[in-house]
Amino acid sequence: MSDHDHHDDEHLREHDRPLSGPALRAKALESLLVEKGLVDPKALDELIDTYETKVGPRNGARIVARAWADPEYKKRLLADATAAIAEFGFIGRQGEDMVALENTPKIRNVVVCTLCSCYPWPVLGLPPVWYKSAPYRARAVIEPRGVLKELGSEVPEGVEVRVWDSTAELRYLVLPERPAGTEGWSEDELAAIVTRDAMIGVAQVNVPERSGL
Amino acid sequence: MNGVHDMGGMHGMGPVEIERNEPVFHSKWEARVLALNIACGFHRKWNIDVSRHSLERIPPSEYLAATYYEKWLRRLETLLVENGLVTTRELESGRAESKASSLAPLRVPEVASFLRNRRHARLDDNVPPRFRPGERVLTRNDHPTGHTRLPRYARGRRGVIDRDHGVFIFADTHAMTRDKKPQHCYSVRFSARELWGPGASARDSVYVDLWDDHLDPA
Repeated sequence: MSDHDHHDDEHLREHDRPLSGPALRAKALESLLVEKGLVDPKALDELIDTYETKVGPRNGARIVARAWADPEYKKRLLADATAAIAEFGFIGRQGEDMVALENTPKIRNVVVCTLCSCYPWPVLGLPPVWYKSAPYRARAVIEPRGVLKELGSEVPEGVEVRVWDSTAELRYLVLPERPAGTEGWSEDELAAIVTRDAMIGVAQVNVPERSGL
Repeated sequence: MNGVHDMGGMHGMGPVEIERNEPVFHSKWEARVLALNIACGFHRKWNIDVSRHSLERIPPSEYLAATYYEKWLRRLETLLVENGLVTTRELESGRAESKASSLAPLRVPEVASFLRNRRHARLDDNVPPRFRPGERVLTRNDHPTGHTRLPRYARGRRGVIDRDHGVFIFADTHAMTRDKKPQHCYSVRFSARELWGPGASARDSVYVDLWDDHLDPA
């Protein structure tokens, strides 16, 4: 039993308004769940902070850089990506079982989830809007070359395209080709040029123009 | 189910538009909705397959019109009511009629370990594989009204087992009856032409993760 009439007037006024938008509905739901003791708002803050500041594509970039710099690590990554990625401590939700896909001069790998939005959170963070969007989910499997061309990463006719639809609990990380001109770079320097989109497979890694060297 | 969520191969969706320097969340409520979904999952009243199926049950016109986190919000409301954590009346009024007495919420010190814990889609059950890498398979031409991870574009198609991932929870039954039905999950390679006809590149292929129950010998 509960009596809401004499506490939290502001809270009540909010709920007396029609819930017009998702922001309001989300706020109403959070208030209800907190009141019921089902969620702790401080834990929500912590979850948000984790994905805003701690877990993101910089994790995946470190994996790629290590694989480029260390042939033994690359072998381990391609043989058992889950274990090789766990060496960095990148484990858990939406990355429980990982597979690494190696791009070569003859093969381009592209990852999609046509049915929902499966994505390797521990190494890439939360998926970007375009990855979750209808255009990408619809088109990546039927016209990957068209999508890649549109995104500025045209695949030559002689190169094979492999599209990986994440329909189960396996999560895929593309190991892009190491660009020429990066010989002798440190892992940190290499990681800095690896992009999220390259690890999804819709871009290649390029050496940025460097000035003042 | 043959829902609009099963988008592979659909036409008319428009260009893929990558936002430069995209923020993790576009507004605060999106972040709250993500966190609420995870924090409510902590109570283990549903599994990820039940959860995915709840998204698929959003009516097609609404599914297409809603943003990602709008769908997540709606999904969470559905899951909370269907699994007895919240009543419809509470959802409508926004006011709790009773406390959830036996459930402790996810707390800050538990967040990191909760996110890092494996959720065991992979199982240790000793189930023999029905297929070996290199074997030719034919996917079933089934149209279940419930959850399935066999996309429409890959039904009734010939492919080759590329690799055996091991034994996993079978998502199709896990979503509907919570039966794990342990079985092997494989990466199955389909030539682009097998899926999309002679207009597709002869070099290209699509790999789909499928379970024993989706496959027959070809």
